[in-house]
Amino acid sequence: MTKKDKFGPPFNPRGKPLEANEMEKIPHIRAKAPAKYAWAAGTAMSRFLEELKNGKIIGRLCAQCDRVLVPPRMFCERCFKPTTEWVYLPGTAVVETFSISYIDQNANRIKEPILVGTVAFDGAPPDCGIMHYFGEMKPEELKIGMPVEPVWKPQNERVGSILDIKYFRPRKK
Amino acid sequence: MNLKKIRKDVAVVGAGMTVFARRLQETGKEMAWEAAKMALDEAGLTLQDIDAVIMGSAPDAFDGVHKKGDWLLDGAGGTNKPYMRVFIGGGTAVFAPIAGWWHVASGMFQRVLVVCEEKMSSVQPHAQSAFGHIWDPILDRPLKPNLVWIFSMEMQRYMYKYNVRYEDIALVAVKNKRNAVGHPCAQLADPNITLEDVLNSEPMALPVRRLDISPPSDGAAAIVLVSEDVAYEHTDTPVWIDGVGWCIDTTMWTNRDLAFPKFVARAAKMAYEMAGIKDPRKEIDFAEPYDPFDYKELQHLEGLLLAEPGEAAIMTREGKTQRDGEFPVCPSGGLLGVGNPIAAALGIKIGELYWQLAGKAGPRQVKKDVRTGVAQAWGDLMQVSSVVVMRRR
Repeated sequence: MTKKDKFGPPFNPRGKPLEANEMEKIPHIRAKAPAKYAWAAGTAMSRFLEELKNGKIIGRLCAQCDRVLVPPRMFCERCFKPTTEWVYLPGTAVVETFSISYIDQNANRIKEPILVGTVAFDGAPPDCGIMHYFGEMKPEELKIGMPVEPVWKPQNERVGSILDIKYFRPRKK
Repeated sequence: MNLKKIRKDVAVVGAGMTVFARRLQETGKEMAWEAAKMALDEAGLTLQDIDAVIMGSAPDAFDGVHKKGDWLLDGAGGTNKPYMRVFIGGGTAVFAPIAGWWHVASGMFQRVLVVCEEKMSSVQPHAQSAFGHIWDPILDRPLKPNLVWIFSMEMQRYMYKYNVRYEDIALVAVKNKRNAVGHPCAQLADPNITLEDVLNSEPMALPVRRLDISPPSDGAAAIVLVSEDVAYEHTDTPVWIDGVGWCIDTTMWTNRDLAFPKFVARAAKMAYEMAGIKDPRKEIDFAEPYDPFDYKELQHLEGLLLAEPGEAAIMTREGKTQRDGEFPVCPSGGLLGVGNPIAAALGIKIGELYWQLAGKAGPRQVKKDVRTGVAQAWGDLMQVSSVVVMRRR
């Protein structure tokens, strides 16, 4: 069904993916899109990032829904009312889910797997947390429901970024 | 919400679809034209008969060209007509036909062409580089995520919460890649694939392995929608869109229930109510749920209320969802077998419902007599769903 044209049969018969170098056989143009961005973190997230610098996790209380929102928002998307107060959380958390990744961001294969997942913070509802890495454990030790705690970068290296937390490690009993 | 008083019933009277493969020589416009022409030919129409055109296509970043609707316009046949592009990520495949539906159902247009196109191979070195831009820039992107991570985490949570075995999930990939053998547009059909092949395939982001994932692809698909006033002028076998629904959950994905897709259930309930369906398990004969990953077919069947949470895996293991089973699922071969050019999955979902219900599915025709089918797609940041119920009368 692929259209045949005056250049002869198409290079990609059914089911055969073309390799990158085969692209060179057909007329094409290459370009880069060198756009750069600076995103404002916003009212709620700026405070969250500031507190990360202090080694603290902070959420916002939705009094209407009785829900501590982490990541914090200035409004609740469910009841659509403003959130009312900042709430410090102990920082300890529980593994909600995880992945053992043998691919990096650009789908390159890596030997040492990245341990990554989502955690729910103690003091917030079970569905309120963030994505982060896990460390100081073997891949096979990582389990849903595992109690974990953040490992912070040294204070002088924190810049107000999610990366101020290096990873989450198993909590000592 | 008023789901009863729709002005005009809407029928599909033609569908077209290109081969799905990576790096087609053609441009997006050329592929869109090819699919649109096929759909018009089947309906016995020319572009002059068409009142309005809907275009569906996923992120501009795949093409590196903004205003992609405009970029693809000529190939979609929208020139000098009312024309709009819709885009809700992967959900576009079933949402573009919903947009076409409301154009006709409103009574405003009698004949509408819906075209979906995707060319994922233009972005170098891999479509993953474009997917990187969908994550939250403050919280997620500093962690350098790969899009597969989020699926892997969802699959893990789903398996944990509903006690689902990986072996049963992998059977979905086997079924769909085998089903795709009958599809003339298929990219990854494999008549000999076994469960062991999937279980032993390369680990990507565990629990997700290579064969659990549908491949990036290039392709296009199109359908022609007409009003009840003219449907029988074009065909003796119109297939009716009797219910549509769509719903989206919060963007804060780390605040969502990753095991059960509530937004799918909401979209499905909307479509079922409109179609007058009270007991979907009894009244629906087969389904084309969105299956970019094998576990998604199961999770979506459950979201569509066609199985209890965790039950879809058991149905799969028992063979019920095979093409000749009691409830065929993805008889097309799905995204896993035919390929996954995001929006162009229109041809695998709505196209397949049309071909099956019109009795035109050829070697893919399901064994039992089918009168009612449901198709569904899923996308944005993994939290939007679009659902369409179609019937032969």
